Amino acid sequence: MKLTLAPIPFYWPKQTVLDFYQQAQSWPVDRICLGETVCSKRREMRTEDWLDIARQLQAAGKEVAISTLALVEAESELKAIRSLCEQSDITVEANDLSAAEYLYQNGKAFTGGPFLNIYNVETLKLLAQDGLSRWTLPVELGQKELSDLLADIKREQLNIKTEVMVHGYLPLALSARCFTARAVDRPKDACKKVCIEYPTGIPVDSREDQRLFNLNGIQTQSGLILDLLAELPTLADMGVDAVRVVPSQPDMSEIIHTYARALSGETGLASPASSASYCNGYWYGKEGMASL
Amino acid sequence: MELVCPAGSLNAFKAAVENGADAVYMGFKDETNARHFAGLNFNDKAAQKALTLAREKGVKLFIAINTFANSENWSKWQQAADYAVELGADAIIAADNAVLEHVAKNHPQQNLHLSVQASATNAGALSFYKRHFNIKRAVLPRVLSLPQVEALADSSPVELEVFAFGSLCVMAEGRCYLSSYLTGESPNTVGACSPAKYVSWENKGDELNARLNGALIDCYSKEENAAYPTLCKGRFKALGKQFNVLEEPTSLNTMDILPRLHSAGVKALKIEGRQRSPAYVGQVVKVWRQAIDHYMANQDAFTVDEKWRSQLLEVSEGSQTTIGAYERDWQ
Repeated sequence: MKLTLAPIPFYWPKQTVLDFYQQAQSWPVDRICLGETVCSKRREMRTEDWLDIARQLQAAGKEVAISTLALVEAESELKAIRSLCEQSDITVEANDLSAAEYLYQNGKAFTGGPFLNIYNVETLKLLAQDGLSRWTLPVELGQKELSDLLADIKREQLNIKTEVMVHGYLPLALSARCFTARAVDRPKDACKKVCIEYPTGIPVDSREDQRLFNLNGIQTQSGLILDLLAELPTLADMGVDAVRVVPSQPDMSEIIHTYARALSGETGLASPASSASYCNGYWYGKEGMASL
Repeated sequence: MELVCPAGSLNAFKAAVENGADAVYMGFKDETNARHFAGLNFNDKAAQKALTLAREKGVKLFIAINTFANSENWSKWQQAADYAVELGADAIIAADNAVLEHVAKNHPQQNLHLSVQASATNAGALSFYKRHFNIKRAVLPRVLSLPQVEALADSSPVELEVFAFGSLCVMAEGRCYLSSYLTGESPNTVGACSPAKYVSWENKGDELNARLNGALIDCYSKEENAAYPTLCKGRFKALGKQFNVLEEPTSLNTMDILPRLHSAGVKALKIEGRQRSPAYVGQVVKVWRQAIDHYMANQDAFTVDEKWRSQLLEVSEGSQTTIGAYERDWQ
């Protein structure tokens, strides 16, 4: 089973991002997906900057993909996605059907991120016809649905690889509204990109101090971090091609190495602590926040 | 502009038809539709009655089959779609590619509308649905600003329907898992957000706690009106403050921008609320019918009658309304 480093969901300064991927070159990860998936106003890194890093990582032997914006509202955003889908250097990971459509129109094979609503094999069949070669299980699905879908893929003889998120804040929702700006009493149009001040988001607790959510700009994430380290052997047995680690803090080295060791067969490992506690409920068909 | 109205029961259906709906949308009594609540929706017999009523009054009948099918129960969605076709629905409103493909392949004459749950917010995504399933119309998520709706109406390959009034979903519909994160069940998987079976109320003398699967969503003093604990409208803590972190309890009301929606070429206005009472549906439909008719007759001099405004406020969540994402300030 391969190890995928998913895009950074947060807004980090350009130098932090460059340092992060400099380190990632030497990490034991097979695939790296990168790019801005949450908010088009985040411009520390331009599309060209992402493509540059992608080429460097590719030269260092990594399989790479540029991941697209998930909620595409403005014409300018759509235009940026269209031009990304026209370039031929780097594979594109579609997080919206607009990207899937343009990649199909350009005759390019593509992969799918966790924001595409793929709940059944009929959907996979259609997307595979359009050029989808790899897909990511929606984060609210668990072992039962994954197992059904893998059986369906086999039965339908689809040439498509399956990826499952195993670590990171779960991307739960996207909105027109910026909750980070709202939390600091700024309108979205005058947000001054304040999310750069919260490198692991803003935690949201109930009035009884139960951690519920994590605010990341227009995205609402889970308050707890997904951790499926213990399920890696099961995922491998099921026929999953790659597991996906989403950066949950700027320093991901220890977490990545722990996952890599587990993938190479080491047992009895525990995930090193990150910026919040862990959860795994979705995997067991329970509420996502549960820890079982 | 077509006025598309909700019905969660036969009585609500009647109220919509009698008060001036051009079309009424409804769903079946199972998880195939995104308002799957106990006691709501239509079995075969009620659907037949609704159809008869619709045909008598010359009102269109739309059927929402707009959740996402799973492998285990795929036949449920197929059967719902086949039955909607057999019934003679003027349109099937669907979100899932599997459902859309099933209808497009097996019933190519059937009119298909893309549900808001498909979360298509741009011309690229709409082209995908048009190419694969020849959809005739798309319902836009409540995340676009008015200029974005206007731009999309220009570039869209299909006609557009927008939400005009009702509950305000602050998240892009079809891409929100907040409910399953807290309860295990979401609009996409079971057709319900913050399902009632996970709600509990705790009377603590001076305070009333509203919980969802144990998590405290809100706590009301005696002076406050308690609202259903839809989790995005709860009062939580962030950055040391306690407030409506995601959204206040408020309703969407777009009557003020009716002229711009019309000139943009928006073909239909949708009233949200299949979970609402027949009285609510009747009241809202009646006011909107008057507003649209008044606008069509006085396009250059349209103003919102204060009477309409107050009639809508009476039934609005938290007794306040907003234009929502259509207005940039709200974002």
